Amino acid sequence: MDLVLSKEAIDNIINVLDEDLLRGGADCVLLVDRSGNLIVNRGDPANLDVVALAALSAANFGATAEIAKLIGEDDFALLFHKGKNENIHFTKVGKGFILITLFGKEVSLGLIRLNTAKVTETLIPILGGEQ
Amino acid sequence: MSFIDLSKNEVQCKIVYYGPGRGGKTTNLLYLHQAMTEAVRGKMVTIDTKGDRTLFFDFLPLALGKIQGLSIKIQLYTVPGQVMYNATRKLVLKGVDGIVFVADSLKVQKEKNVESLENLRQNLAEDNLDIKEVPLVLQFNKRDLGGSNIPILTVEEMEEDMNSELQVPWFSGSALKGDGVFETLREISKRTVKYVSRKLLSR
Ligand SMILES: Nc1nc2c(ncn2[C@@H]2O[C@H](COP(=O)(O)OP(=O)(O)O)[C@@H](O)[C@H]2O)c(=O)[nH]1
Ligand SMILES: [Mg+2]
Repeated sequence: MDLVLSKEAIDNIINVLDEDLLRGGADCVLLVDRSGNLIVNRGDPANLDVVALAALSAANFGATAEIAKLIGEDDFALLFHKGKNENIHFTKVGKGFILITLFGKEVSLGLIRLNTAKVTETLIPILGGEQ
Repeated sequence: MSFIDLSKNEVQCKIVYYGPGRGGKTTNLLYLHQAMTEAVRGKMVTIDTKGDRTLFFDFLPLALGKIQGLSIKIQLYTVPGQVMYNATRKLVLKGVDGIVFVADSLKVQKEKNVESLENLRQNLAEDNLDIKEVPLVLQFNKRDLGGSNIPILTVEEMEEDMNSELQVPWFSGSALKGDGVFETLREISKRTVKYVSRKLLSR
């Protein structure tokens, strides 16, 4: 259950997030676990309380998973909230993690989807597989 | 579940304040929040509080310094105590590393305390956790009401109701006045960190 990540693993994660998401236009990216721990955050989180965001996102994802069960789904693979200027996109990474991407209105949702899907594939083995 | 970041030598653990509705869980966090400096605590988040009922959870992150070179970060959560919110309680319990059970000293809450503890045991069991293995401390809250005209339980009675089988450390407290709040936190933090590191060593 518990997660221990080496410096190399963390560096790997940072590289993937920077290369594929920040360079692709995201403002900020967080990797959190589903109990609310913040694993890595990248980008410009000025004025953003990343610790609270991690806890709330895990809870939000958990609540949504319960909604999924009510309609006969296991889980939702992604969630998206659209704001006036800033959007937030959540992707499930394996069973235990969530990738949170914040991006502005000038970035297309399609691009974010494509990039988060790619990142998710790369992250799963680093985080110890699908479990 | 705890998370250890070896690039920062940091461990993050999740501690949940559990117990019957209106027992004083939120008040514990509020007290800690106002008594600690900003260097130690992050922002407290309270979700959807209608009246003074916690509908989802409260959240307070703390940085408790270093133990053997490892920085300890602790996230405190409270659950909603009302019986009908069990789905929410299960969600908040997900990945828990340590639990403070806040019991209400009011005599009228005698049964509610026991029910809530039983509910905790069941919810943990559903997650394959044994209440006897997870770090747990009890807090008998609202002791400040002793001597008032409100009937309260004796600590002996509370021990017998809740701790005869578990045999875990317990503290008398008044979250409202801050009595016992730090003692409770210190004990559960110590136990949680020990538990997490023991699990890690046995990997
Ligand atoms: N007298 C007294 N009242 C308390 C104490 N702790 C909490 N309360 C009161 O009990 C009520 C419920 O407390 P709250 O923290 O919201 O309970 P929760 O439902 O467990 O989160 C509030 O009105 C508090 O002010 C205490 O130690 N002594
Ligand atoms: Mg509360």
